[in-house]
Amino acid sequence: MDTEKVKADLEKALGPVALKSVRSSLLVENAQDLPKVAKFLKEDAAYRLDYLSSVTASDFIDYLETVYHLYSMEKKTGPVTLRVRVPRTDPKIPSLVSLYRGAEFQERDNFDLFGIVYEGHPDLRRIMMWEGFEGFPMRKDYLQEDSETLESVDVEWLEKNGVKVPEAAKAKAVELRQQGKRALAERRVEDKG
Amino acid sequence: MNKTFEAKDVNLAGINSSLLEVNIGPQHPSTHGVFRMNAVLDGEVIVSLKPVMGYLHRNHEQIAENMSYAASMPYTDRLDYFNSMSNNLGYALSVEKLAGLEVPERAEYIRVIMAELTRLINHIAVIGFLLNDLGAFFTPVLYAFREREKILDIFEEISGSRMMCNYLRFGGVKRDLSPAILERIRGVVTAFPRFLDEFETLLTKNEILCMRCQNVGVLSPELAINASITGPLLRASGVNYDIRKVDGYSVYPRFQFKVPLGPKGDVYDRYYVRILEMRESLKILDQALNTIPAGEIMSKKMIPFLKSPRNFKPPVGEAYARVESPKGELGFYVVSDGTPQPWRYHVRAPSFINLTILEDMCLGQKVADAIIILGSVDIVLGEVDR
Repeated sequence: MDTEKVKADLEKALGPVALKSVRSSLLVENAQDLPKVAKFLKEDAAYRLDYLSSVTASDFIDYLETVYHLYSMEKKTGPVTLRVRVPRTDPKIPSLVSLYRGAEFQERDNFDLFGIVYEGHPDLRRIMMWEGFEGFPMRKDYLQEDSETLESVDVEWLEKNGVKVPEAAKAKAVELRQQGKRALAERRVEDKG
Repeated sequence: MNKTFEAKDVNLAGINSSLLEVNIGPQHPSTHGVFRMNAVLDGEVIVSLKPVMGYLHRNHEQIAENMSYAASMPYTDRLDYFNSMSNNLGYALSVEKLAGLEVPERAEYIRVIMAELTRLINHIAVIGFLLNDLGAFFTPVLYAFREREKILDIFEEISGSRMMCNYLRFGGVKRDLSPAILERIRGVVTAFPRFLDEFETLLTKNEILCMRCQNVGVLSPELAINASITGPLLRASGVNYDIRKVDGYSVYPRFQFKVPLGPKGDVYDRYYVRILEMRESLKILDQALNTIPAGEIMSKKMIPFLKSPRNFKPPVGEAYARVESPKGELGFYVVSDGTPQPWRYHVRAPSFINLTILEDMCLGQKVADAIIILGSVDIVLGEVDR
C-alpha cells in the first residue's frame, strides 16, 4: 500500500500524530500514539487491517525498534508496516494485545530477547529463556558466557557435588574473582556493534 | 537429618483443593517434541491451560546474524524439519526481495514442485500422527510414512539429503532436475490419489474418528483472524486466506487450484481440509510438471557468489517475505546494513503463533481432547522454539 496515502489518511482522521515515512513504512514517532493508529487502521472501512502478521524488534544501538506488519484478511491487501522507536534505557511501548490477540506471544518473545516492555500486556513473562535468566540475548551488546572458563561459583558447586576440579581452572577462577570479572566469551573482531 | 514432615506444616488456606494441576510434557509422546502444557483440571475438564515452550531454544536468529546470508540456508532446514524446502523458499524469497534478484522461470517451477511435494509430506504425516493421538496406534502413521518415504527418496536424489535438503539458493536452485527425476515425480503424483482414496476409506467416515473429532476444539473465524492464525487451522474455520493466492509469489498465479475451507473449525474440519489441500497440491504438481520450461536454473547475478558466499552483500535496506508453508504463514524479516552478515534476521514461525489460541480451544474440553487439539494445530518444536 502507498505509505504517503496511509500517512495522509491517518493525519486527517486522528489530527496531530507525528508520523514519518521510513523505507516504505510509517514511523510512529511517539510510542503512545501506536494503539490509536493501529485501531484506526483496523477499524476504518477503507483499510480493515484485521490481521497482524508479524511483530518483531531490532536493536539499532542508538535505539530499539519494533516493527509491525499489518495485512487485511477481509480485503486481501497489505502490508502496512508500522515502526516504533524507543530509547534503550527505558524501552516502553503500549501493547497491542487488546486489539490483536496475535501479538501476545510475539510481544513476549520480544520482551524476552530484547527487553522491550509492552505496557498493558496481560502476561508479560519470558517465553524462550528460563525464569531468572539475566540479560537480553538479542541485543547487540549482549555478551555470552564463556562455557570453557569456570567461575568461583561453578568451582564451589562442582566440588560440593564431588567433582574434582583441575588446579589451573581453580586458579583462573580465583584470579577472575579478585579482578571482579565474569567469565565472558571474547567477541570476535568482525562482530558488529 | 531432615525434619520429619507433619500434616500441620501444610497451609491449605487459599488453595482450591478441588482443582488438579497437571503438567503434560515436556517429555510426553503426544506433545510432538519437548513442549509442556500446564493444565488445571476440574475432574477431567480443563479449566486453564498454559503452553510452556523454549526447551529447544537455540537463538537461531542470533546465530544467523553472525553468519553470512548463504550460511543460514542449511539452518532454516532445521526450523521445521518436516518442510525444509518450504523454509528454504521463504528465506530465499526474502533475501531475493532485499537484493532485488530475478529468478529464472525453470527454477521457479522447480521451487513450486518442491514446495508442493513438501506440503504432501507434511499433511500426510500430520494426519498420521493425529490418528496416533486418537489412539489408532501407528497403523495410519505407517501407511502415511510409506508414501512419505517415496517423496523423501526423490528429495535424496536431487539434494543429497532426505530431510535437511538445503536445495534452494538465492536466485535459483542448486541443481537441475533431470528428465528421469521428473518422470519419478510424475509417478508419485499419479499414484498418490489412489493412496489418498485408500486412506480416506479408512478414516473420513470412520465412526470413532467422527465421534472423537467433530465439535471438538472449535475455533471461531473471528478469533482465528484476531489471533493471527494462519494455514489449514485458519481455513478449517472458514476464512479464505491462502498466501499462494493473496500474494501470488513465485509462479503460483499460473496454476489453477482451489482453497478448501472448513464449515465449522473443529478438529475434524482440520483433518479434512488437509486431505483436500493435498488433492489441490496434486493438481498444482500435475500442471507444473506438464508446463515446466527448459532453461537456466540460477540467476546470472548470483553465479559468482556460489563459490564465495561471503562476498554477497545485499544493499542497505529491509525485506519481509512470506510463503504459505504447510503450517501457515512463514515469514522472514531481514535487515541488511551492507555487510556480508544480516543486521537483523527474524523468523515469523507459523506454529509458534498458532499456539496462541491453544488455551481458548481447550477450555471446557476433556484432557484426551486437548491432546488431539494440539495434534490438529500441527506444531514442530524446532520452529516453535527457534
